[in-house]
Amino acid sequence: MDNTNIKEFVARHIPEATFEENKQFLSATVEPSKLHGLLKALKENPETLFDYLFCITGADVQGKLMVIYHLESTTLKHQVVVKTGTPDRENPVFDSITDLFSGAELHENEIFDLFGIIFKGHPNLRRMFMPDDWKGYPLRKDYTDEVNIVELS
Amino acid sequence: MGIKSMKETDFHVSPDTDRQKTNIVLTTVENLVNWGRSNSVWPLTFATSCCGIEMMATGASRHDFARFGVEVYRATPRQADVIIIAGTIVHKMAPVLKRLYDQMAEPKYVIAMGACAISGGPFFYNTYSVIRGADQVIPVDVYIPGCPPRPEALLYGIMQLQRKIQQGNIAAGRIEPVDPEEYPEPPKVY
Amino acid sequence: MEENTKPMTAPETEEEYFINMGPQHPSTHGVLRLLVSLQGEIVKRLDPHLGYIHRGIEKMCEKDTYIQIIHLTDRMDYLSAHMNNEAVCLLVEDALEIEVPERVKYIRTIMAELQRLNSHQLWWATMGMDLGALTTFFYGLRDREKILDIFEETCGGRLLLSYNTPGGVMYDIHPNFQKRVKEFIKYFKERLPEYDQLLTGNVIFQERTKGIGRLTREEAVNYGVTGPSGRGSGFSCDIRKKFPYSAYPYVDFKEILGVDGDALSRYKVRMEEMWESMHIIEQLIDNIPEGPYTAKMKAVLKLPAGEYFQRVETARGELGVYVISDGNKTPYRMKFRSPNMCNLSALDHISRGAKIADLVAIGASFDFVIPDIDR
Repeated sequence: MDNTNIKEFVARHIPEATFEENKQFLSATVEPSKLHGLLKALKENPETLFDYLFCITGADVQGKLMVIYHLESTTLKHQVVVKTGTPDRENPVFDSITDLFSGAELHENEIFDLFGIIFKGHPNLRRMFMPDDWKGYPLRKDYTDEVNIVELS
Repeated sequence: MGIKSMKETDFHVSPDTDRQKTNIVLTTVENLVNWGRSNSVWPLTFATSCCGIEMMATGASRHDFARFGVEVYRATPRQADVIIIAGTIVHKMAPVLKRLYDQMAEPKYVIAMGACAISGGPFFYNTYSVIRGADQVIPVDVYIPGCPPRPEALLYGIMQLQRKIQQGNIAAGRIEPVDPEEYPEPPKVY
Repeated sequence: MEENTKPMTAPETEEEYFINMGPQHPSTHGVLRLLVSLQGEIVKRLDPHLGYIHRGIEKMCEKDTYIQIIHLTDRMDYLSAHMNNEAVCLLVEDALEIEVPERVKYIRTIMAELQRLNSHQLWWATMGMDLGALTTFFYGLRDREKILDIFEETCGGRLLLSYNTPGGVMYDIHPNFQKRVKEFIKYFKERLPEYDQLLTGNVIFQERTKGIGRLTREEAVNYGVTGPSGRGSGFSCDIRKKFPYSAYPYVDFKEILGVDGDALSRYKVRMEEMWESMHIIEQLIDNIPEGPYTAKMKAVLKLPAGEYFQRVETARGELGVYVISDGNKTPYRMKFRSPNMCNLSALDHISRGAKIADLVAIGASFDFVIPDIDR
């Protein structure tokens, strides 16, 4: 399927999705509550069959905490990017996708550790890289740490 | 291609390795014990990152450090003499390093290999989790600069450690530096 | 087909016992802590605890320019240092729409294949050592020193190269380069059958790796296991074939797929990959075109605002570099899709029911490099 067909497929499932296209990928932005349903449809539908999640990223873009999924199909050889975000920085909650893609378990732990995003339905959400009693989420843009970080002026 | 050997005067780099033995009378027994200790330092398998590969290359067939007495690697700190800190130390790893050092039996020595173990190295600025220098955690005897240091540099560091051991007093546990004022305090940056 | 979850022979009332493997351990290949839950000697569950070498590279990248980032990427997966550098350079060149000279593409591919050979030699050396065969350590590292001599003459470094730069390479190759590479290939072609004689046909080695750690193709796709570990299960994931870059479109090589998905099949895939790497180098080494060794670049590189993704094939799997740029000279967010982290996520599933000694064999066949997981 090429990008226009994938766009139509996503728009049929989620009419309020917004799209961007650059020379590499088509990306669709959806609300957090619709994310799990869309990824399930993209994985299981025989026209799309996106079974390989090759990158899952957390980002803090202009005040919104976002999670970005890069998907590829090993049989039909097309790629798509799905993004979701929330402006709520106190209690950002997204659905976990470990039931669809088991490899996302460690990655969602990493995103929770570095950004503070909570994944509902994750079997074992815990801090992965930082020590267990660390305060704060280091990769957020408003993270300051006078003791540990030495700035290069 | 001939290998040029170093002059003996090039080894006299610090007062620690060449102190004048005016106030310590070293008997033959002490000489013998120090000779035995220096020629048989067995390290602990401790490698956190890239310098570990150069340490393995030093132990392999081309730059063999078994000919300096570093015969085998011991996997447990209870049986090791020296801990070669090869790699960056981060906040989560520091208590582990301290515990390993405490578990080693006296006399024990520490070599800080590579820029990361000396002072944080390339990870000095802009990061929240690196400890800038392993000597913030445990006392270090020999520093080997480089990123990563060549195997020949690690061999030179081991030879300097051997010279330092040969000056030591068998009654004391640690080898004290000659004049503490000569070595300034490291900057307190965690 | 043999299941690797053998039936538990111990009684169900025996309590579970947790032990720690690592962080300081001679065969975890870095600082990896595995919390293993045992019943007797059978592994019931496995929990990886990471972060013992987390240096915050992604946060550092937000304050560094693109040329400075190349020196940090060296230190992530240090046994594929060249491919990591190449990924960032290709991303910058793609985004700024710069065409590199042909000579650069050939040099980059030859260096990448030498780096892959180098990494597989070290993997073979340590796999034998983990299973108890110390001879392989000395043989593998002896041959690896020859490649490191070639690197040192041209790039200046043995392990951490930083030879690639956006637009080309830092210096031209040394005049002795082609001669030494050809001599090395002639030498290594006689050594590789020796490796097979030593380990592959050995009865003890086969007993310890055949049928151990079986990963099916669907599981490999689900967990995202790529590289030789994924190809050992039949998952065709070679980026050099799917999205060719540098000089890979000009060479002819096979993608090697295994069938069984166990540790022995991953081992065989890597041994065959060493032959294929030498085949690729032979096709390129005599035909390096003349020309400049770098394109003309501005002093300060600013990527236009937008998102960019570059995928390369390192010695352990697919590395992805994802940049969100807002037009400045430093990236807004830089993420590295690490191949070792995805490979590690499958370790829990495939080692259930194995014994502890099998866990070492499975870990060795996956070939982890832990600083790449923690970044």
